[in-house]
Amino acid sequence: MTYMTIPSTISGGPSIFQVRMGSGEILTSGDQADFLVAFYQHSYEDHIESLRPGGVLVYDSDHVTPNPDDRRFKAVGIPITGATVEAVGGSSKDKGKNLFVLGLIARVFNLDVPKIAALISERFGGKSEDIVRNAMLAFDAGYATPSDNLRDCFYMFEPGGQRSGSGHARVSMDGNLALTYGLIAAGVRYGAGYPITPWSSIMETLRSELPKYGGTFVQAEDELSAISHALGFAYSGHLAVTGSSGPGLSLKMEALGWAVMAEMPLIVVNVQRGGPSTGMPTNVEQADLLQAIYGSHGDAPRVVLAPKDVEDCFNIALEAGKIAREYSTPVIILTDQALATRIEAFREPDLAALMVDPKPDLTPRGTDFQPFPLDRLTRHAPPGAPIATGKYPTVSGLEHDEMGHPSASPDMHQRMTVKRREKLKLLGSKLAVPEVYGDTEGEVLVVGWGSTWGPVREAVRQLRTGGTTAGQLHIRHLHPLPPGLEGIFARYKDVLVVEMNDEGLYGFGQLATMLRARYALPKIGSITKTDGLTFRVGEIISRVNQAVTDRRSAHISRI
Amino acid sequence: MSTLAAPTAPAPLQPQPLTKKILTADHPTWCPGCGDFAVLASFYRVLERLKYPHQNIVTMSGIGCSSRFPYFVNTHGVHFIHGRSLPFAAGVSLGRDDLHVFVFGGDGDGFSIGGNHLLHAGRKNVRMTYVIMDNSVYGLTKKQTSPTSPVGFKTKTDPTGAMDQPINPMRLLVNIGASFVARSHATQVNHMVEMMERAARHDGFSVVEILSECVEFYEGAFDAANPRKGGQFRMIEEKKNDGTAEDSLRHDTSDELAAGRLASLAWPGVFGVFYESKRPTKNQLEAGLVARTREKTKAASDLELLQSSFRRLR
Repeated sequence: MTYMTIPSTISGGPSIFQVRMGSGEILTSGDQADFLVAFYQHSYEDHIESLRPGGVLVYDSDHVTPNPDDRRFKAVGIPITGATVEAVGGSSKDKGKNLFVLGLIARVFNLDVPKIAALISERFGGKSEDIVRNAMLAFDAGYATPSDNLRDCFYMFEPGGQRSGSGHARVSMDGNLALTYGLIAAGVRYGAGYPITPWSSIMETLRSELPKYGGTFVQAEDELSAISHALGFAYSGHLAVTGSSGPGLSLKMEALGWAVMAEMPLIVVNVQRGGPSTGMPTNVEQADLLQAIYGSHGDAPRVVLAPKDVEDCFNIALEAGKIAREYSTPVIILTDQALATRIEAFREPDLAALMVDPKPDLTPRGTDFQPFPLDRLTRHAPPGAPIATGKYPTVSGLEHDEMGHPSASPDMHQRMTVKRREKLKLLGSKLAVPEVYGDTEGEVLVVGWGSTWGPVREAVRQLRTGGTTAGQLHIRHLHPLPPGLEGIFARYKDVLVVEMNDEGLYGFGQLATMLRARYALPKIGSITKTDGLTFRVGEIISRVNQAVTDRRSAHISRI
Repeated sequence: MSTLAAPTAPAPLQPQPLTKKILTADHPTWCPGCGDFAVLASFYRVLERLKYPHQNIVTMSGIGCSSRFPYFVNTHGVHFIHGRSLPFAAGVSLGRDDLHVFVFGGDGDGFSIGGNHLLHAGRKNVRMTYVIMDNSVYGLTKKQTSPTSPVGFKTKTDPTGAMDQPINPMRLLVNIGASFVARSHATQVNHMVEMMERAARHDGFSVVEILSECVEFYEGAFDAANPRKGGQFRMIEEKKNDGTAEDSLRHDTSDELAAGRLASLAWPGVFGVFYESKRPTKNQLEAGLVARTREKTKAASDLELLQSSFRRLR
């Protein structure tokens, strides 16, 4: 499944489940649909334009009357409602229509029926045998619907296509689950949160998983309490997590400032959604970048990372844990609604090699122990750790000296501010220079972050096929930035940053604004949008071409 | 900046009884005459009596005059942000069962900005001891109305006198489910020590409210309960269950309604333990959840658990 949205209304409403299949790498959800199933007239009307000409429309002839003059598609009417009622019988009415259609799709696309049957009984088995039986009746009826002629409309995968060579198993999950397992692998055993879409599924999974590992996850009374609990866990020596989505992150900002001042390791997840305020809770947006980097108060440098796809949600959680411990700092992971719900298959990671030991370090600290040394990275002594001097540290939100005692000395504030800044610059200097995909020099470099990785890659591939020399630079470490970007930018005529946020008052998206401030290069341009949907490949290509043309002509007119 | 050098060899540990000398840290920044000095001195005595391992004591606070407390106590300490010390302390307590967590704060920190957290700390009954040093005024910010300021009290934010009804801390604490609720007075050192020690020994969320005068901005606030200033310090007589006639008149600390009635007595009211109950702590409930879950997974290793989760997603 490449995209899912369920409206943020309790009574429900139009939900979208979009699936893309292929034998190679799936980079995007696809610009147009090949196969559309419409249960209702409004779903037909709202989505018929997303079907490619020549595509197949299957509609419930009990509810939908397609436009008879529209001959662009192969329209197939099936009495889905009637057939489901007939198949299931009894008092279930038309419940099971979706399973009927699943059966139909399984037939058309030659899916693995025993596997689907197993999934159905796993999904509904907890309720009653009747429900599983009814579900299978609907499924089988859909599967039995004569539809072989539909099969000829599509490319058939080679039968028995084995998984390619490596012998490694592949796993399928959504981004939130991958991130959750990444946190566990990183050694997270404690955390706290407050429910908000689309973050909630992470906290729900942690609540049921962490007790298996001897830890716990607290549902706090609010967002402020959630980050405070997490910081309490962190102070007590555990790698801890809290998280939320947009507005919830705003509520956590004061405590995040404390975490920076107190140099406390912490992972903070932000599953971004459309904002500001309640905004578009079930749509995707990347408009929290500047909040993640600069939110809170005072000079409060922290680390910000963003995963590029579902597999990377796992990897980035591991990396966030490593950085949080090594640099004793809060680390924000900026994922988004599209990654949260997208299910992807990826190679199963080598967990035995990756698992991090979660135990707090309670070894006695020597006479030279200081919680906030000016010339070294902070390593807190959690309570329970004896201190050889007998002088115990205070972990403080006040500006403090190296022992954690309050200090109003202007010189100390200056030096501690420098320390908190320099440790992140040290981290930045150790990051790898990101690899460029495609042409390593030429016309245009397309820069992205987060979930735009897939569409940008596909767009760059197609731009190159069309004769443009183009490269893709994807930034996973947003703060601090990795080294070497200046050299990469220098090799292209234009650098265009693609992101799902608004161009703001000055015409540049949030990452573009940062990069322009950092590198002071007028050739850095911006491609943004805020329609709540992921970028389409065609959209990126046309806007890159447009931007390049515009910038060239602006350049000429200036001459 | 380089990464951390290898830690020096740990010094051998000699557990020694805690004394005031060992427990004293920075010199308090409070004004001369502040009631908080007496609370601090009492806390040293409480720690001397409790005999906890030094390194397992955590003293923490939020923001306010009284919240400077952790700097003056030589234990592992935390000075957190305004109003959020309870959820932080809950994290410490739930994260580490071997620790003894003491939280100090004022009336603004506890009843105003932190009000919602107080409510939920009580509801969840997380194991910790919370001492509220109530001076009925905002002192650190120089005399604004606090949630316990009496009606008519003149402050910079209520120059004609406070108009909002003050919070009744004892009634509030009993109602939110705090499992140990006591009240004391900073001029009564022995009483304070006894209340704090009993609170510390209580298994659950224990709260002691201590009336602690701000001599700078609310002088004489608690004279009505101070015998040296002509007031009366009335202590709660707790039931001894000795079968005598007078015992039937004594307070049953397990009786929530009786606690509520005591809390509603006219100012300055009474002092002592209003309420205590032995309901399960969140610490116990979470530990129970872990134990039941680990039984189901047959105490598999962390790696085995995660591997089996991945296997299901193949």
